[in-house]
Formats: sequence, structure tokens, C-alpha cells
Amino acid sequence: MKRHVLSVLVENESGVLSRVVGLFSGRGFNIHSLNVAPALEDGVSHMTITTYGDSLALEQIVKQLHKIVSVIKVVDFEDIPTVEREMMFVKVQAEGSARGEILRTVEIFRCKVVDVSHSEMIIEATGDHCKLEAIISLLQHFGIKELARTGSVAVRRSRKAD
Amino acid sequence: MEYTGAQILLESLKREGVDLLFGYPGAAVLNIYDELPNYPEIRHILVRHEQCAVHAADGYARASGKAGVCLVTSGPGATNTVTGIATAYCDSIPLVVVTGQVPTHLIGNDAFQEVDIVGITRPCTKHNFFVEDVNKLSMIIRRAFYLARSGRPGPVLVDLPKDIVQTKTKFVWPEEIGMRSYNPTYKPHGNQLRRTVAELFRARRPVLLAGGGVIMSGAATDLANLARKLQLPVVATLMGLGSFPATDPLWLGMVGIHGTYAANMSINHADLLLCVGTRFADRVTAKISAFAPRARIVHIDIDPTSIRKNVQVDVPVVGDCRLSLQGIQEICDLTLAGKDWVAKHADWLVSAQNWKKSTPPTCQKNGEVKPQQVVEALFGITGGDAVIATEVGQHQMWTAQFYAFTRPRTLLTSGGLGAMGYGFPAAIGAQLAFPNKKVIVVAGDGSIQMNIQELATAVANRLPVKVIILNNRHLGLVRQLQELFHHGKYIASNMEAQPDFVKLAEAYGAEGYRITKPEELQPVLQKAIASPATALVDVVVERTENVYPIVPTGAALDEMLLM
Repeated sequence: MKRHVLSVLVENESGVLSRVVGLFSGRGFNIHSLNVAPALEDGVSHMTITTYGDSLALEQIVKQLHKIVSVIKVVDFEDIPTVEREMMFVKVQAEGSARGEILRTVEIFRCKVVDVSHSEMIIEATGDHCKLEAIISLLQHFGIKELARTGSVAVRRSRKAD
Repeated sequence: MEYTGAQILLESLKREGVDLLFGYPGAAVLNIYDELPNYPEIRHILVRHEQCAVHAADGYARASGKAGVCLVTSGPGATNTVTGIATAYCDSIPLVVVTGQVPTHLIGNDAFQEVDIVGITRPCTKHNFFVEDVNKLSMIIRRAFYLARSGRPGPVLVDLPKDIVQTKTKFVWPEEIGMRSYNPTYKPHGNQLRRTVAELFRARRPVLLAGGGVIMSGAATDLANLARKLQLPVVATLMGLGSFPATDPLWLGMVGIHGTYAANMSINHADLLLCVGTRFADRVTAKISAFAPRARIVHIDIDPTSIRKNVQVDVPVVGDCRLSLQGIQEICDLTLAGKDWVAKHADWLVSAQNWKKSTPPTCQKNGEVKPQQVVEALFGITGGDAVIATEVGQHQMWTAQFYAFTRPRTLLTSGGLGAMGYGFPAAIGAQLAFPNKKVIVVAGDGSIQMNIQELATAVANRLPVKVIILNNRHLGLVRQLQELFHHGKYIASNMEAQPDFVKLAEAYGAEGYRITKPEELQPVLQKAIASPATALVDVVVERTENVYPIVPTGAALDEMLLM
């Protein structure tokens, strides 16, 4: 089962999120991450949904999303060059010698420390989901106390001149 | 001049051409009821249960092709509509359901008769609306009708708070519907139609499979033209019955788990299926991996999600069934004129006819009234010139098998949801659409009891609806499944404790008849059907008759049990 990133433009009406989410649960599809925010145009919201499924399941998901009356546009980013990013905060246990090691990790991954106390640090990280997974697995060693992720957002890359 | 929300609602309904409103009043909608006398174009039919308002609107819609409309109050009034809405959703029936709601300031407070009906019906409506601003009401009603009727039709719900109904504003009837996010595809792609014709020309064992979409899109004539021109054997789903005359030699019968031998065998042996307006429901395909194993499949449907959902297809055609069939016919006429379409599959037509002749739907007569005989007698008396509604169960399948439907919109049946209690109110709706047509409900003794209170509605409106109960004092289909697949564990399927249906009908002011012997069938049915009154006929039939053929769960279409 392949990971897919779907970009969905919807009318910003009450209940539209329930329609999209209800479609996934009602038809047995799964949502791995979901990000919703206002789009450029007033009254329109942009959802980025990451999901897993084979090509037939994805075909149904895309068609079913289109069928929702409030959905304006659906794009499956498979085979389309895109930039994808996700942001997260990791509150990690940071005492004694661990602090130095954590800071080195922060530097390697170009993260930021946004809050610090005697025993903890909050790290802000941005990247595609693979990078974030890598950061999490490294920091887990020190003890992660809290984690908040935004879910992916993605945008199609500009066409390159030939 | 300013209008209240109630007036805007009724004015909008009037402009949408609504002549019948099936409803049940309650506190949240009384302001709307207050205004009804000012709109004499809209006749209100008071049902006896909100579920039946929706089923009746649905029967009206199926019989007439127009959108059915209902009005109910908030809370329980709204929740009672859910089964009706789900029924219409499964079978793609155009409905607009208006529910009252508690005043806006009480929403979310668990107020008396408050329920989140927009949330509840989200998965079983094509779309639904909550009216938060009276200025948007006329546009919402316009959009509701447009959505209900267009594309793949379906039910649309409009939830209308009591204070919005009372608020005054200027009435503006929107000229434009302006929905950028909704654009159903009617016109099929020319290339796909050409590919379809190429497939048809190559095929040596073609079969045309008609679904409910043929009826919905008014494509029955075009379907018959194409089938006759190309000499394609025709089978139909339950929802497709009536889309092609069952009296035609090309007709092989209903396909599916209670389909005819000829229809199911033809699907199994076909090398090409031309499928029109069907969604390959599990009751049609039986074991999906063994469905049409030798066939290439062309699938025409207006809903892209129906295509490749259950069955892999070789030529998908997204579009309106009627336009697609007309397009195929045109290409055939233009490019392949003078060619012999029939010679290439003449042998196939013979095989299909042999299946049809060797194993027709039949029953063993034994002196008791056989339920199948009742249906045959009904066809004999009506000659197919009637609207037949069914409930859900054995009687429904016998009606599908033994009544030769010849015209579209003459069978009203809950195909997708399988909702017992549907048929009788649906017949009431159909009778109101066509006061001069014969409208007959074939019911079981179980399912008629789900909405028998509508006898009051029928009698109050002097509707000559006929209710024919095939009374086997069982939940027959459940009993049959228990006999065949549950080791004869007859749990909770005995319905011997039942009212005297004849007396019950009479108590409601309807006529009641009883038939206990085969020789009474013809005269008593004839008398009841000729009567200008609401009439109920209690036909005491053999108790343990089973529906055959039946494809056991998990088996393939050609693995039917024939008896």
C-alpha cells in the first residue's frame, strides 16, 4: 500500500470537514494525516490529506471526494513533482550531557530550539515526513515527553524550462 | 413587500413546480403549516408516520419522474425520516426533505425535540443544508431541487430552524444556481462510445445488462431500439425491471441471486456485457471474482464512483444513459450500416433461448394457493398496465420473477436498502401522482405490518390503492434462509400472531377480502382491483414456499439452487 498525498479544495461551509472525514470512515479508507486551512480565495479551504492504499482504493477515494458537493478540486500528487513539508514540536527530556547531544541533532537537522528549561527543550522541526520520522527516532533515545505535528502540506513544483 | 421564511419556503416550492407535499406537523414547522392555505397549488398529504412521508414522496418520484417533497417537524419527526431517506439514497431517487429545527439560539442546548439531523443524514443524502440565514433560503431550496434532480439523482435534506421560518425579508428568486463544485457529466466521451461499438461488433456472445439508471434517465426506448437493432439478449437488475419489456423474445429475465436461470447463465457465458446504469451491487454479481468470467465489460454510468468500484471494466463510459445509448446507436447507424450484426452471434441467441425455455421461473401447484400464482393472476388481470409496489421479502422476489414488467416506472421497490415498510406508502405516493392508474402493493404479512397505519392516509384521501398480502404467517425470506443455510433453526421468523387483516382493513374504512383457495384468486382479485375504494386482500398462501432460483452466499451466479 502506497502513501498518497491528496490536495483538496473545498467550499468553506459548516460541515464540510465532517463530509470529507465521514467519507473516509464510512467507506473504510484511512486518513494518516489531515491539514485544513483557509486557501488564497475567500470562502475556500485547502485540505491536505495523506492516506495509504492501492491504486484502486485511491481511484475510489479521489472519485468519492469529487462526488461531495462541497468539494471543488481534488489532486492526487502521485507522479507529480511536489514540495512537501510538515512541522512539529517535540518536547524532549534534556538534562546533563544529553543537552549537548540534543543540540547537535538539532543542528544536523536544521531544527530550532524554541523553549528551554532545566530539564526539557522544545524543538521545532520542519521537513517531509521521512525527515520528521528520523528526528523522532533519534530524540526518542532521550525521552520525548510531548509531540505535536501539523500533518503534511504540499504544493506542486513549478514547471522547469526544458 | 417582505416575506416570512415560511412564505419564502412555500413560494420557492411553488416555483419548483411542487404540487404535492407529504408531511406531518409539529411545533417547529407550524408557521409553515399556517401559510399552507395561501398556497392552494400545493396539496398537503397528512401521513400517519414521518417515515411514510418520505416513502410516499419516493413512490411519487419513482412513478412520475419528478422530485418528491416532504415536510416534517424537528427531533423525532426528523429522525423518523432517516429510513426513507436512506432508501431513496440507495436507489438514487430525487427527494427534497424539509425538516423543522429548534430556534437557532437553542441549537446545541439539547433543547426539546432537537436533533442534529444534518449530521445524522450526512452519509445518506446526496447533500444537505442547514439554513442559518433567511436570505439564503430561496437559493438553498433552488439548489436542493437542482441537486436532487440532476446527475445521479438523490435525496437532499434542508434543515430549517423555527426562528428562520418566522423572520421576514425580501423574496429574491435566484436566476443562477451558481455551484462551481458540482458539474455532473451528461455527455459521454465520443471515443468511449466508438470503443463500445467496436466491442459490440466483435462480440460473439453479447448481453445487455440494464439497471435502474436506464429508467431514471428515460432511456428505456433507446435501450429497446439498440437491443432490437443489434439483437442483444437483455437482462436487468431488480431496479432495472420495466426498462425493457419482459414480453420481448430478447428478454432473459432478472439477474442476481434470485435471478432467472437464463439471465444468470447468460452473464456467466457472455463474452461482452454492455452494462447500462447499474452499480454491480452484491445481490446482482453474487461472488464478485466469478462474475462474468468470460466477458469484456462496457459500463455506462453517470456516477464515476460506480465505475470500477466493484467490477473491473474494459470500457468505462461516464455519462447519461440515454445520451450514451443514443450515441452508440448513431455510431452503429453511421459506420456499420449494411453489415450483418446478427449472423455473428446467431448461435448465442439460440443458446439463450434454450436456457429461457428449459428453465423458466415456475412453481409446483398442489391445491393450496401458491404465492407465485397470485402474482401471475395480478399480471393476468392488469396486463402490465398498473404500478406495482412491493415491500421487501419473498413476495418482492416473486413479483420480480413472475410479473412481466413491460414499462419503466411501473415497479416501485426498495432495491438497495431493502426497507420493509416501503411499498404501501410508496403506492400511496404513486396513486397521488396518477389518480387514474391502478396501483397495487404486493406485500408480505410481515412487512405490511411495518406501516399498516397508512390505511388511514389512503382512506382519508379516497385512494383506490390495493394491498395484496401474500400471507404465509412467516417472515418468509428469513425462514427460507434459516431452512437452507442455518440448519433449520427457525428463530423469530414465525408470524402466526397477527391481526385479522380483513377486519383491520374494515376498521380503517377500507374494503377487506380474503382468499384461501386457488379458484378464488381470479374473481376476488378482479373485484378488489375494480373497486374504487382502498382495498386489502389477505391471500392465505402455502406457508413454506421458497424463492428459487437462489445463489447461496459466497457462490457464483451460475451456482444457483433451482429448487
